[in-house]
Amino acid sequence: MFKRTMMALAASAVAIAMTGGIAAAQQTLKIGASAPKTGPLAGGAAVTHWPSLQLWIHDVNARGGLNVGGKKLKVELVEYDDKTNPEEAVKNIQRLITVDKVDFLAAPYSTGINLATAPIIAKSGYPHVATSAATENMAEFAKRWPNSFWILGSSTEYAEGVVQALQTAQKAGLIGKRIAVVNVADAFGLELAAAGKPALKKAGFEIVYEASYPLGAQDLAPVISQAKAAKPDAFVAFSYPGDTFALTEQAQIQDLEVGVFYVGVGAAFPAFAGRFKDAATGIMGIGGINMSSKENLDFRRRLKEVTKVEPDYWGSAVVYSGHQILEQAIERAGTTDRAAVIAAIRKTPAKTVIGEIDLSTNVNSKNWTVGQWQDGAFHGVAAKGFDGAKAPIRKPAWKK
Amino acid sequence: MTRFLPDEFRIPAIGAGVIVLAALLPLFDDGFYLAMAVNIVLYAALCTAWALFSGPTHYISLATAAFFGLGTYAVALGNELLPFPLLVALGAAIAAVLAGFVGAATLRISGVYFVIFTLGLAELVRQIVSWAQVKWSTRMGLYVFTDFTEAHIYWMLLALTAAVFLTGWLINRSRLGFAMQIIGNDEAVARHCGIDTARLKIILFMISGAFIGMAGAIVAPRYLYVAPPSAFNPTISFLVVIMALLGGTRWLWGPLVGVIPFTIVMEFVSANFPNDTSIVIGIVFLVIVYVLPDGVTGRLEQLLARMRRTSTASKAATVKEAA
Repeated sequence: MFKRTMMALAASAVAIAMTGGIAAAQQTLKIGASAPKTGPLAGGAAVTHWPSLQLWIHDVNARGGLNVGGKKLKVELVEYDDKTNPEEAVKNIQRLITVDKVDFLAAPYSTGINLATAPIIAKSGYPHVATSAATENMAEFAKRWPNSFWILGSSTEYAEGVVQALQTAQKAGLIGKRIAVVNVADAFGLELAAAGKPALKKAGFEIVYEASYPLGAQDLAPVISQAKAAKPDAFVAFSYPGDTFALTEQAQIQDLEVGVFYVGVGAAFPAFAGRFKDAATGIMGIGGINMSSKENLDFRRRLKEVTKVEPDYWGSAVVYSGHQILEQAIERAGTTDRAAVIAAIRKTPAKTVIGEIDLSTNVNSKNWTVGQWQDGAFHGVAAKGFDGAKAPIRKPAWKK
Repeated sequence: MTRFLPDEFRIPAIGAGVIVLAALLPLFDDGFYLAMAVNIVLYAALCTAWALFSGPTHYISLATAAFFGLGTYAVALGNELLPFPLLVALGAAIAAVLAGFVGAATLRISGVYFVIFTLGLAELVRQIVSWAQVKWSTRMGLYVFTDFTEAHIYWMLLALTAAVFLTGWLINRSRLGFAMQIIGNDEAVARHCGIDTARLKIILFMISGAFIGMAGAIVAPRYLYVAPPSAFNPTISFLVVIMALLGGTRWLWGPLVGVIPFTIVMEFVSANFPNDTSIVIGIVFLVIVYVLPDGVTGRLEQLLARMRRTSTASKAATVKEAA
């Protein structure tokens, strides 16, 4: 039995190697992708990552393919599951590059795995357009790996976005100076709180209550009741999806009346509006998109049509824009030479569904940072570098 | 320690030859096959180190992730301050100390209590590390920048695997190994013979934990970005148990026989069925359980026994004919 299995394995290995050899005459462009289909991040990737990639492949092929130096090349996707595991991701990327010999790579999903795979992607000279890595050290990474491009904002940018949104609300007379700040004691939550609290004080706000809670905390009722006792004008939580939902639920139960109610990752998910319905109106959160942009609305409609998945109001469009950056650079370079494509990405700003992205320094400086649920959509109310922010509204009383 | 006999060196000599051959791999490929070989050697080291303790004692430990993560963290925290070999040694030492404490607290209990405790231990260590990071820094992720390439990591892991095998071989032929055999067969008998069973088990658990910690330390530069969820990933603990049991733990090289086919089959599955890995892996597991209930080495033993039986039977037949 064992011998037979090994024979079958060897036979299929040979078969795989042979198909790799025949595809030498270029008719299609092979795009390699490795991201979670199983493991802790599979849920997030199923909403934010994979559908945008599928739509991009669909869009390019529906147009007849990429125009590479006067020749139309259709794109073909080779995809692997990294099981949310860096070891697996490194191996997958190696396989895509050295065995499947793909022409270009779609970036992996999440900060950790984008970083773990960055050295091999750099060593092989592939362009790496990271659309889901949020770190403080992007400029340093861009120097270390000149082939890498960083589209998502840093935690400081997202924290400053919150201050910007609160200032706008204060100027509009929606809130006073008293802010309650809580955060989840894990990666992104910690970094946001570390950057956000000094920025709030500097902007003249008074922090009347602050607390942190562990990731996966079951009971967040005390956090809300203590925050309520401090009588804040605004409530800010640098939270993760699980606690974003739990805090909002508790605030609704305990009638935490504030002018601004901000929660972190998760508020931009379609499931958030699905869970809280009308009560979501006026809630702010990380992310946001420009709902008056025709390209963006068109992207959302097509994504739903083609993949049957409802896009989120933050990462989905960013991931798609990453593929557009690569696509436009290949067409401008007119070749599949990867060094030329990297140079092309740096040279000319790309026109994407989130707006024009300039990557001359390898780091994107434009991002939507805060969104707010208004009329059933999550409108961007604060941004760095983008125009078209909608005016924030005062959070109405909780509907039950 | 018992004296060495010239005969005994045959197996380590073969082993050394295999290691030297394996060390040549990076000269032929530095892409996918090297990356896959790194994973195979990593799990070969982990599973064999795990089986050093769990093989003779039959205690199923799920603490692998705890030791592994501590090794990873030793490198992540000290990378800027200390030379790398020292950090690997430090990772081994920290893991051994933890194993010592855990052993002292739990090795007097056995069976399912031990399994559950070790599973909880990995989570406990992860929470403590997270808590400490929250308390003393505002960053959760740590960066490990080194000049190591995949080939360097591969060679280091290969050397570690060789060290694990050498240690296992030395233990097996020592008084400790003999005592472990008695404990494995019947702990009550071992105690009556005057063997300090608890102490010996703790020593073995510490040796096993130290090697797992070293593996974690060596892999840290490959992770580049170290955060508690990836360093203390419970999947590592389970994979190690599955692969080691697939190979069989009765012999030192048993786990190796599990690691290699398991990695290749999983690779084949994830390459060809990227969207249905869970289903196909589930089916593969069922097949393994039904076809290889005693692991690959158990199956080999069976086959050998059958071959011997047929050869004696045929010999007997020829003898009869001649008569």
